[in-house]
Amino acid sequence: MTFLKVEGFGKSFTISHLNQTIRAVEQIDFSIDKGEFIGITGKSGSGKSTILKSIYRTYLPDEGKILYDSEEYGLIDLLQAEERKILYLRKYEIGYVSQFLNVMPRTTSRELVEQSVLEMGKPASVAKEEAEYVLSHFELDRKLWDTYPNTFSGGEKLRLNIAMAAVKKPRLLLLDEPTASLDEQSKVKVRELIEKLKKNGTTLAGVFHDIEFMDGLCDKVFDMKRRQYTSEGAVI
Amino acid sequence: MHNDAILSVKNLEKQFGPGCSTCHNESTRKLEKNYCPQCGTVYACRNISFNLFPGEILGIVGESGSGKSTLMQCLYFDEAATSGELILNNQEFQEENVLELSSQQKRYIRNYHFGMVYQNPLKGLKMDFSAMGNIAEKLIAAGGRNVAEMESIGKTLLEKVHIPLFRMKEEPKRFSGGMQQRVQIAKALSNNPPILFLDEVTTGLDLSVQASVLDLIKTIQRELGISMIVVSHDLAVIRMLADRTLVMLNGEIIEEGLTDQILEDPQNPYTQQLVYSLL
Repeated sequence: MTFLKVEGFGKSFTISHLNQTIRAVEQIDFSIDKGEFIGITGKSGSGKSTILKSIYRTYLPDEGKILYDSEEYGLIDLLQAEERKILYLRKYEIGYVSQFLNVMPRTTSRELVEQSVLEMGKPASVAKEEAEYVLSHFELDRKLWDTYPNTFSGGEKLRLNIAMAAVKKPRLLLLDEPTASLDEQSKVKVRELIEKLKKNGTTLAGVFHDIEFMDGLCDKVFDMKRRQYTSEGAVI
Repeated sequence: MHNDAILSVKNLEKQFGPGCSTCHNESTRKLEKNYCPQCGTVYACRNISFNLFPGEILGIVGESGSGKSTLMQCLYFDEAATSGELILNNQEFQEENVLELSSQQKRYIRNYHFGMVYQNPLKGLKMDFSAMGNIAEKLIAAGGRNVAEMESIGKTLLEKVHIPLFRMKEEPKRFSGGMQQRVQIAKALSNNPPILFLDEVTTGLDLSVQASVLDLIKTIQRELGISMIVVSHDLAVIRMLADRTLVMLNGEIIEEGLTDQILEDPQNPYTQQLVYSLL
């Protein structure tokens, strides 16, 4: 049963003032089954992140289809879906994680994670409990729970980001270069986090330029250059 | 889960001036920005249509003079729209164009269904009434008669917006700009409106106060589920608050979309210029 299917997808960017159009990606086809973890790999500028951002609709894609099997709406083309439906999916079904943290000022890690829960309409007591659970599960240092994330390291910001996304128990989680600029030790940690997410049944699509990192972690690896999966069914 | 729009605007137009033979007709109109050089008529809002959905924050961005504040004033009945429709999805006014109602009925809608926070607190507050008196004024307009009850609502709201209760009997003219803005928000919330209009509410506030006002607005959305239209020229404010955003230029909506999409993948040349100007 297909969970996410990308068909004939393409995206270009036009900068009107410079009268320039840049073709970021074209003719991308792949699909993900429920519970799978696929990695997308390719050199810098090959359009890996463009695909993820288009699935999340931060980018407005212009060609093809991205079919997603939603719990609320059934099979839905994310490229055509109304904005309101995308907002619903972001709130309840699809998460997006990068290393960049863009959050309300003067809000502590704990509050940020709690707000993720509250926005789903759950009561404050549940939010408190789930926030604490997820913060310790994803190993954010307890000292950092009640501080503002402004001064966090890259790895700490990432862990907070993952906690904010994971606490919603999304059905699909998009990981946009989570390991970029992390040292080896932090990468090992991220790897463990991803394994935990997978165990919880989350379907994952991630962009990495670090092939070693994906080895043995991803079920499939999609190579941007060849526009196909390279190592199908390597693990699990 | 997905109710229909709580507020719909259809083809709203607002012009200042009578118009002339050339600019009356949209096809022969030759405007400089939104201004007819022949007769001096300003077309402040042109063919504005959009929906506001329950519980969402809709952002409106645009440079000064783009028509965003005029639009808010038309929606709040401060200005009479030249033409167009405003439909509220509630049982009392089902399918009715509320722009065509009597001024008495409009006042009723304002008192019971809308809240407004202006950029300038002078417009939203009576500076010589106490903070509490300002809230009571709105509550009385919305049918409040029980003094003890109104006082308790007022106290709760002032606490919510972090105005110390020992100052609740003071007039807002003795408050700082940020405090006045927060009293204005408390007043706008007092009738528990399903729809709240916020016009450049953080403009001119220092960063620290701005952060607390933004936080307050988000909290209100989360806890009370109020739908809001937030007008700002500040993209950072829109990014923090709005789920969806409309971009206005010369009285027209030139682009609309998810806020992060507008900021990261703007389509319209003007929006691109705006976004790429961000520091």
